[in-house]
Amino acid sequence: MLLNKSIKELAKGLQSKEFTSVDLVNEAIAQIEKLDTNLHSFITVREKTDILKEAAEKDKTRTSSSNILHGIPFSLKDAYVTKGIRTTSASKVLDDYIPQYSATVYKKLQETGAILIGKNNMDAWGHGGSTENTNYTPAKNPWDNSRIAGGSSGGSAVSIATRMTSFAIGEDTGGSIRNPASMCNISGLKVTYGRVSRYGAIAYASSLDSVGPMAKSVEDLAIILEQIAGVDVHDGTSSHRMVDAYAQDLEKSIKGKRIGMPKEFFAQGLDPVAKEIIMKAAKQYEDLGAELVDVSIPFLKYGVSIYYLIAMSETSSNLARFDGIRYGNTRDNFSEETMRRIMIGTYALSAGYADKLYKKAQKARTVLISEFDNAFTECDVLLSPVIPGLPRKIGELINDPLQNLLEDLYTVTVNLVGIPSLAIPAGFTENNIPVGMQLMGKKFAEKELLQIGNAYQMVTDWHKKMPNEK
Amino acid sequence: MKINVSALAKLANLTLSDKQLKDLEESIPGVVEYMDEVKNLDVDSIPETTRVTEEKNVLREDEVRESLSQEEALKNAKQTYKGFFVVPNVFGGKK
Repeated sequence: MLLNKSIKELAKGLQSKEFTSVDLVNEAIAQIEKLDTNLHSFITVREKTDILKEAAEKDKTRTSSSNILHGIPFSLKDAYVTKGIRTTSASKVLDDYIPQYSATVYKKLQETGAILIGKNNMDAWGHGGSTENTNYTPAKNPWDNSRIAGGSSGGSAVSIATRMTSFAIGEDTGGSIRNPASMCNISGLKVTYGRVSRYGAIAYASSLDSVGPMAKSVEDLAIILEQIAGVDVHDGTSSHRMVDAYAQDLEKSIKGKRIGMPKEFFAQGLDPVAKEIIMKAAKQYEDLGAELVDVSIPFLKYGVSIYYLIAMSETSSNLARFDGIRYGNTRDNFSEETMRRIMIGTYALSAGYADKLYKKAQKARTVLISEFDNAFTECDVLLSPVIPGLPRKIGELINDPLQNLLEDLYTVTVNLVGIPSLAIPAGFTENNIPVGMQLMGKKFAEKELLQIGNAYQMVTDWHKKMPNEK
Repeated sequence: MKINVSALAKLANLTLSDKQLKDLEESIPGVVEYMDEVKNLDVDSIPETTRVTEEKNVLREDEVRESLSQEEALKNAKQTYKGFFVVPNVFGGKK
């Protein structure tokens, strides 16, 4: 299967005419037709004739100096507006919304010559960690169809794991790239806040939202990040810092790197099987010459409360704009999960509670930032689990909204602090269920983070394993 | 914990069905009660963090730029009138 190949291999094969973009697109379409009526990783797939025509054009216009992503198929989480292509954010509120403009990340990828296949399923508005809160059909985990795919960028993870696309762009507000990456055995990067423009990403919580790549390997992530990162006049929070050559020197030795093991991330509540797998990965890092260092983030235990007070407050404000007047449908089309988040946010911001809840959470956010800063004085990256256990059964937590939020403990603080974080495959349980690990880096240290992630993938095969979907 | 969910719905401009009201009255207090732990954190002397961007005062020249045409801007509206959006009555008077 061609889509098993890395981006580098695909670009090379296209250049040498070993295969064409039309071949790649045909393969992606065939996988979607074969698997997606069961897995539900896409909400919208573009017209077959349109994508094939685009692929043929790419084959014709390819030159030796074409971009590395030229002619390679990708998909977007349905949280990104795409001019002329339906964009729903997985909500019936936007069921018939055809954007009049495009997100910066989509424009940048169009400029590379990459080919958009379709828009991936997700938890509506990013509200969830399972893709069960989609207003369409919940996505299934390709490793075990009775389990969730993770979320909110669940559809993107499923479509990469099953080779319906080469890579995807996800969106991470509290773990939405890392959590499904971990559950579906792919690699995902939540970037430093501001590293990639958020323009055209439908906002969930503006101080936490981040745009990032999802792919089969760390090497692919580095290649994609190089193309999508950078300052944007349309996003005042996008960073002016220079964009690194992330894909260069990826194979650099990590000897002497200090990997922090924050003890609170391994405390009670972590599934013993997942813990064992992650400890093995840590050992592997020692074998590669890295040093493991014990560190502490004491405020982690308040992480879910601090995060959700802020995220729900911001979402109650962001989602106020959806009133069905200029576009979309009326507010009674929000799902109950989304209504709950809007209303709790409204509560936390309302007179009498704003000081006790919202402002207090913002102060606690400052404490978390200094705790992470402190930990990073003793180490280069932090290693932790992504989720507390294995992917839950579909429907298991749907009636337990609090437990649903608590599942996000290990991912949400990263967004509060604004640092980058990588989720990569770390192994499998006896029943062939994937387990991922998380590597958190210093702000704008994506290059180092990717090097450390790549070092692990150079000596392991977990990320090459594919689910046995028929 | 007692939370007036109907009042919150009104503030948030949400119309709830009877079932939604009942479900949310059941689920919202539990979540808020859990988050209440932040009330007891000893952080009063600490400054608030509202954003984590390093960028400051990002401004641009006040110049005319390309933007959507009126026709394009109205394309997704369910109801328009002579090139304008039709919005609900805000200041009272006849509906």
